[in-house]
Amino acid sequence: MINIKLFNQVGNFAENKDLARDIRLKKIIPALKDNQEIVLDFEGVDSATQSFVHALISDLIRKYGSDVLDKIVFKSCNETIRKIISIVIEYMQEST
Amino acid sequence: MRIHLPNSAFLGNIDPFLREFDTSEPDKLEITANKKWISVHPVVLSMVAALGQTVKPSNISCERLEATSKHYLERMGLFKFLGIKSAITITEHESAGRFIPITQINDSSALTRFITEMTPLLHLEPRHAEPIRYIVSELVRNVLEHASAKQGAVLSAQYFQKSNTIRIGIADTGVGIKQTISNAYPVKNDLEAIQLALTPGVTGTTRREGGTEYNAGAGLFFIKSIANVNRDFFMIYSGRAMYKLLKRKPNSKIKLFADPFNDRHSKEENLPFWQGTVVGIDISLDATREFSALLDLIKDTYTKAVKERKKAKYKKARFI
Repeated sequence: MINIKLFNQVGNFAENKDLARDIRLKKIIPALKDNQEIVLDFEGVDSATQSFVHALISDLIRKYGSDVLDKIVFKSCNETIRKIISIVIEYMQEST
Repeated sequence: MRIHLPNSAFLGNIDPFLREFDTSEPDKLEITANKKWISVHPVVLSMVAALGQTVKPSNISCERLEATSKHYLERMGLFKFLGIKSAITITEHESAGRFIPITQINDSSALTRFITEMTPLLHLEPRHAEPIRYIVSELVRNVLEHASAKQGAVLSAQYFQKSNTIRIGIADTGVGIKQTISNAYPVKNDLEAIQLALTPGVTGTTRREGGTEYNAGAGLFFIKSIANVNRDFFMIYSGRAMYKLLKRKPNSKIKLFADPFNDRHSKEENLPFWQGTVVGIDISLDATREFSALLDLIKDTYTKAVKERKKAKYKKARFI
């Protein structure tokens, strides 16, 4: 299992899509290839944009299908972040 | 080019100001102003500043300002930004809690820094800061990713005590919405391009549902929805077209639409040509609905729009 602490990279407002893509490419995808479970830890993050969450996870759902969500857990998300993640996940599953 | 700063230009009454903008002689900028009083939305200042970036400072002229409110322009940093002298002297006040002077943002990390600094500058409570930083992030990232604007995004904002409202204006002189959307959709004119850009799930980067790894085509829809739910103005101007979300009637039922033309709105399609995109938005702090509650409304409309678009593409049974 790999725990990715987002606050250390994105601060309390997760909006930088470049950082989201870096995290996806450099941490999440290698961990998935190693068949590891991934914890995306939002502790300390107050809010996120839909664009950030889309850049972080949408391509995983497109490439690996919705089953990839069995390998990812979202930790310490407040209500706003939970809703944004849910919007992106639902949207991607409707789209693919 | 010639631009006149009128007596009053806020999002509700900005149309005459936009109609008067003179685009001739694009290598010069002449700024004139109302003699008595200038009271304008920050979007007006962002527009003037963005235009000023496209010409040499030596080709910018500003008539001697007489209006008693001329200090506002100096304080917002307009003349400093344009690189011209104003002959206006002011006592600089602490800017905290009042406004964000005209600021140019050229790259992603500068935006992240700006957002961090912006929240304490406006002295916002967390529930007010949340939608405002969300809006600024999404709008400026749109410019950085899609506008191909050499000068990036030009932004300014101000708190208006009387209406308890934060007003934000962002302008760029990039390729404009029509060219961006045309990469993926055939569009006839600027207004149709704006309509598509405001529709959830539509992006100029692909026609594929779900967007690309980087773009979902939802940013502007989210922002329009925030304004709609809070009963605020939202205006977008690109090329010859302008779309303005009007305030919902008091006590009217909140309903979000995927098609912006179904919202209460006004539009213009024969304005002077703006090379790039301008966005203005008001956020009333009295009405700011909990961001989280707003997301519930957005979610329903967003996913419904995708379902309907997918359904429209379903093959139909052929009966003979």
